[in-house]
Amino acid sequence: MKLLLSIAVTLLRAKLRQSIVAAVGVMFSITMFVTLLGFMNGLNDLLDGLILNRTPHIRLYNELQASPRQPIEYGTDSTTHAFIRSVKPKDELPRLRNATAIMDALEKDPRVLAVSPRLVAQVFFNVGTVDLNGQVNGIDVMQEIRYYKFADYLVAGDPQDLATGNNTIVLGKGLADMMEAGIGEVVQVTTATGERTMLRVSGIFQSGIADYDKVQCYANIKTVQKLLARPGSYYTDINVKLHDLLTAPALAKELSARFDVDALDVQTANAQFETGSDVRNIISYAVGMVLLIVAGFGIYNILNMMIYEKLDAIAILKATGFSGSDVRRIFLMLSMIIGVLGAVSGLLGGFAMQNVIDNIPFVTAALPTVKTFPIDYNPKYYIIAVTFALLTTWVAGWFPARKASQVDPVEIIRGK
Amino acid sequence: MSTNVLEVRKVSKSFHDPVTVPVLREVSLDVRRGEFVSITGKSGCGKSTLLYILSTMDTDYEGEVAIDGEATRGLPGSRLAEIRNEKIGFVFQFHYLLAEFSVLKNVMLPGLKLGRYSEEEVEHRAMERLRELDMHDHAMKSANQLSGGQKQRVAIARSLINDPLIIMGDEPTGNLDSRNSDIVFDIFKHIASQHRQSLLVVTHDNDFAARTDRTIVMDDGRVLS
Repeated sequence: MKLLLSIAVTLLRAKLRQSIVAAVGVMFSITMFVTLLGFMNGLNDLLDGLILNRTPHIRLYNELQASPRQPIEYGTDSTTHAFIRSVKPKDELPRLRNATAIMDALEKDPRVLAVSPRLVAQVFFNVGTVDLNGQVNGIDVMQEIRYYKFADYLVAGDPQDLATGNNTIVLGKGLADMMEAGIGEVVQVTTATGERTMLRVSGIFQSGIADYDKVQCYANIKTVQKLLARPGSYYTDINVKLHDLLTAPALAKELSARFDVDALDVQTANAQFETGSDVRNIISYAVGMVLLIVAGFGIYNILNMMIYEKLDAIAILKATGFSGSDVRRIFLMLSMIIGVLGAVSGLLGGFAMQNVIDNIPFVTAALPTVKTFPIDYNPKYYIIAVTFALLTTWVAGWFPARKASQVDPVEIIRGK
Repeated sequence: MSTNVLEVRKVSKSFHDPVTVPVLREVSLDVRRGEFVSITGKSGCGKSTLLYILSTMDTDYEGEVAIDGEATRGLPGSRLAEIRNEKIGFVFQFHYLLAEFSVLKNVMLPGLKLGRYSEEEVEHRAMERLRELDMHDHAMKSANQLSGGQKQRVAIARSLINDPLIIMGDEPTGNLDSRNSDIVFDIFKHIASQHRQSLLVVTHDNDFAARTDRTIVMDDGRVLS
């Protein structure tokens, strides 16, 4: 084996330039493969994170909907006529009944990572004579910072201020710009029921989705409860973050039935992101594989040429006692040496390229936390690239190697 | 018991392309240990074809060939390769050294393949063979830096590395001038007499043939004498 390897290396060195070209072909494709997948998945994660970081895995809420049993149905008796008069609306609020008990139950569930309540209130911001529409999300600030990266999206102000301060609010960037409200200034808020409150701006928030930032603002949940004049257990939503994102749809159904509330899982709410990521992944894998296959053809060509040039050497090796399988192994080794060298340098090249991209400034108003292009350094892509490269070079080497093993030495020696 | 290194019984072979032409017709011969045998004959009489059958490289024939008592017919290619490696040395008309390797490494390769000795020993033995043939000064040169006669001497050194029972030559002097031919002949003679190794050499050089122990003359696929 060592002897065959040394013969392979010697043959390789005799054709150094061609071998380097072949190895560079493999290197280039691996570099591109790793870079492409790292970059693509970095972008995927970034775009998914844009939504998923902010989105609970399951949201429990009460949907305001038409009563499933309409008044007329109370008198459906074919023998009588029913008359209905003066049906008055019931003052039903979008509150979650028994929210505290639900939260307690969820916190004990081993599948649940975090539970955080929300209270969403529709408000108007009074700016001079104009009223701007807004939605104040009452949040448990510490939970949101921990599990939903709330602090990452604050472009100004201190999140602690929101957690501790009374009557403070974090405005969406779009909204703040419209009101020309800076930190420390006071805005006047009117609730749907007509109550007015003055809130101090403690931060500016930018999610990266402009329409969202024109409407949404955040406040401590206590502040919102006070704003709406509701008791301390008044919540409209419970956001659940799970250990395993993939279990969300099943768990959502279960929770919905168990607590008699509406439950929306992240997959249903954001189906388009999965699709987008999948398509981008397929494209980058396809391009990467094609690059590797092209490199494989390069190796195949070079080995084929080398075998034609080395027919004499093959004949003499066989005449002096090397068997067909020895010759095949020599040429397979040749191919694998090219493959391994190409793959290793390709991985280094890929890592370098990823680093370069990772340091290219990428500043966009939509993504306040992103300063450079995103890269996913997942070793998975390196492993896939190497595996596929070795497979390709093995196949590319196998056919020429088999041809070499079948060379008839008599024909070569007598043909001279 | 047999001292025959090579036994050939009724070997026939035909070429089938484009029409069937018999090249060998029931050839039988023996080569004893230490015997220096030459095969001569007109061009196209089948002498080279016979040699390649005896060398085990050509397996498409009828009849029986036994090397050192072992019938080679029907053996798998890997076993034939082992026989070639261990028991047969080759010298061709054209040197057939590997240009990528040094002279020394060329001589060593069949020895390394055999694996009977360690690499250091094989190297030592290769140097000895080269010294015997007065080529040791060129050991580190690349094969294509040598003259034709020098290359042939290296090829002979290579054929001797595994102490084969028989050395086969296909026109080993065909490409050399008379002075180098004489050198090669003397080396062969020395091998046969000193090391008791057999030699079977195909040649059309009648002077060369006349000086061997025995000459087999072939004509039209038959052994004449």
